[in-house]
Amino acid sequence: MSTEPNSPASSDEEVVVQPVVADGGHSSIPQEAVNDIDLLQMLRDGNEAAFAALIDCYHTSMLRLAQAYVPTKAIAEEVVQEAWLGVLQGLHRFEGRSSLKTWIFHILTNCAKTRALREGRSIAFSSMPDYETRFHEPAVDPERFIPPDDPQGKGRWATYPQRWDHIPEARLLSQETRVYIERAIEALPPSQRAVITLRDIEGWTSEEVCRLLEISQANQRVLLHRARSKVRYVLEQYLGEE
Amino acid sequence: MITPGELTCREVVELVTDYLEKSLLPGEEARFEEHVVGCPGCTAYIEQVRQTIDRLHMLSAEPVFPETKEELLRIFQEWKRV
Repeated sequence: MSTEPNSPASSDEEVVVQPVVADGGHSSIPQEAVNDIDLLQMLRDGNEAAFAALIDCYHTSMLRLAQAYVPTKAIAEEVVQEAWLGVLQGLHRFEGRSSLKTWIFHILTNCAKTRALREGRSIAFSSMPDYETRFHEPAVDPERFIPPDDPQGKGRWATYPQRWDHIPEARLLSQETRVYIERAIEALPPSQRAVITLRDIEGWTSEEVCRLLEISQANQRVLLHRARSKVRYVLEQYLGEE
Repeated sequence: MITPGELTCREVVELVTDYLEKSLLPGEEARFEEHVVGCPGCTAYIEQVRQTIDRLHMLSAEPVFPETKEELLRIFQEWKRV
């Protein structure tokens, strides 16, 4: 089996395999981070602890990403389950040319896209990122800036954005804030949602995201830019209410 | 697209992601930073963007529901048998 020498830095998730002990109690065997090759072999050998570790590592991210494509969380759960089955059934075929993670998420996005089409999302996904970036969309409402007919101030902030460093940490970290952010994410179009989910929530590198979504770096940046702008705006609205 | 001369706040706002991704050319980056250093509005804006990203980072790391995990392990066991 081949390995990728010096593959580009990937987000530092490690699959940690805990031994499954018959007595169901805690084992004194230390947990170890397993590399792709060993993990693949363990999975092929039917090692349940290995699969459990994979679930722990990726399931919730997969669920989150699936929700970028399909209309409900319930459907997303079905999609992810389908993807796991696809992973198991495809294990014998996996050649290790990509990382296990990329391969798993590729299966996931394929399942999600297929299901999305069945649920009536009619825009072809191959053109989705281009479709979503087809018009210029300002990151900030142009009304926030001094208009072009004012030669002195044009393009400058009409009023400065609020500073957030005086906002109590407790408020920034509150469950309520979290809900607002989640809602902002849910309102994003699919490609923007996918990019911000993978980059800013799941911590993937830009290379990993581009490889998975099959988009260029430039396209990825535009999607990320728009997504972040919208979430920032929602947060600003919410935090601005005193 | 950067027009020659000083950057306006409106332009800076569109460049923030490129800046944070370190994809601005050296000359562009210099002009960007020069503007921000002297502009409280853009400084506050970029800080808002950073805070937004920090909040997003904190959304991950949720554990898997036990029932979900059990179901997946059952699927695994079935797959093994075949």
